[in-house]
Amino acid sequence: MRYFVVIALLLTGLCALYACQNEQEIEFKRYFSAGQLVYQTRCQNCHGNEGQGLAALIPPLNDAEFLRNNHSQLVCYLQNGLKGDIIIHNSTYNGHMPASGLSPIETAQVITYVQNSFGNQIGLYDLKQAEADLKKCK
Amino acid sequence: MRIIIPAFAAMLLWSACSFNKNDQKRLPIYGNREAVTKTLNGKTVTDTVYQTIPKFEYVNQYGKTITNKSLDGSIYVADFFFTSCPSICPIMHRNMLNVYNEFKNGGNVKILSYSIDPSHDSVAVLKTYADKLGIAGDTWWLLQGKKEETYKLAESYLVAVKEDKGAEGGYVHSGYFVLIDKQKRIRGTYNGTDEKEVSKLITDIKTLQADPEQSIVQ
Ligand code: HEC
Repeated sequence: MRYFVVIALLLTGLCALYACQNEQEIEFKRYFSAGQLVYQTRCQNCHGNEGQGLAALIPPLNDAEFLRNNHSQLVCYLQNGLKGDIIIHNSTYNGHMPASGLSPIETAQVITYVQNSFGNQIGLYDLKQAEADLKKCK
Repeated sequence: MRIIIPAFAAMLLWSACSFNKNDQKRLPIYGNREAVTKTLNGKTVTDTVYQTIPKFEYVNQYGKTITNKSLDGSIYVADFFFTSCPSICPIMHRNMLNVYNEFKNGGNVKILSYSIDPSHDSVAVLKTYADKLGIAGDTWWLLQGKKEETYKLAESYLVAVKEDKGAEGGYVHSGYFVLIDKQKRIRGTYNGTDEKEVSKLITDIKTLQADPEQSIVQ
C-alpha cells in the first residue's frame, strides 16, 4: 500500500512536470511561428531572409551578444524606431529603422523569433515581458 | 495590356527562333513599335522602329554629369529607388548587388539607379549610400535629377512611379529592373524583389551580350 502511494505520487509529479514543460514548449512554438510570419512580412525586406542585413546599410540580426546586452530595449526599438550609431559584430551602423507599428503581442512574437533564429538561442520573450519593457522605454 | 506585351514578345521570340535557325536564343524587344515605310534604291521597304529610352541628364554619386550618351556602347539595367525607402528598395538592392558582382569586372554592363526623391537624395547622400552598399568604380551609378523628368522617364522604362503621402515612405513605385540594350531598346523587365527573377536577368544579360546585334560599334 505504501509503495503504491509513493509510486502514484511520483507518477503524478512526473506527469505534472512533463505537462508543464510541454506547455512551455507549446507556448514557445506559438510565439516563434507567429513571429516568423511577422518577420517575413515586416522585417525581412530590410534584414534579409537569413537575418544577414544589407552591407553596411542595415545590420544583421545574428549578433546574440548585442541582443542580450540590449534585451529590454529591443521592444522599444521596434515601437519607436532606431537611429544613430550602434555596434554590431564590431562594425558601426548609422542607419535609420522606422517605427514598426506592430502591436505589443506582435513585437513579443517577432523578438522571440529573431532571438531564436540566425544562430541566436535566447528563448521565449512573452507579452508580459514586452509590456513591462515597453513601460521603461527611453 | 499587361498580357498583350509579353504575349506579343513571346510570339516575336518564337518567330525569331524558328526563322533564324542559325541564331542563338534572342531576347524579345518590348515597348511600342511602329512600322516605318521608306524608299531605298527605288524600292519601298518597311522597317520596324522600336521604342527607345529618350535623352536624359542626371548627376551621379561622384557629382559627374551622366546623360543617355554616357551609356553609348553599354548594355544597362535601370531601376528607380530612394535611399530612405523603407519598403522594397533594400530587397531590390540586395538583389542588384548580385548583378553588380557578376559584371563589375568588365563586360560593358552598367547599372543605373534613378532616385525618385532628389530633394533628399543629394549627391552626398547618394555617395554615402553607395559606400555603405559597398559599391565602387563606374559600373553602378546612383542618379539625381529633376523629379518630374524622372517620373516621365520612368514611363519610358515602363515602370510606374508616383508620389503618395499615404504610402510607406511617401512614394508608390514598382521594383522593376529594366534591361536596356546598346540600341537603347527595352529587352526585359524583372521583379527586382524576387531573387529568382534577378538570376534570370543575369542569364539574360549574358544572352544579350552574345547577341551579334550587340557587337555593333555605336
Ligand atoms: C526599413 C528597413 C528596416 C525594417 C523594415 C526593419 N529594420 Fe530593424 N533595423 C534597420 C536599421 C537601418 C537598423 C540600424 C539602426 C541604426 O543604425 O541605428 C535596424 C536595427 C535593428 C535591430 C538592432 C540591431 C541589430 O542588428 O540587432 C534589431 C533587433 C532590429 N532592427 C529588428 C527588426 C525587426 C524585428 C524588424 C521587423 C519588425 C525590423 N528590424 C524591421 C532597418 C530596418
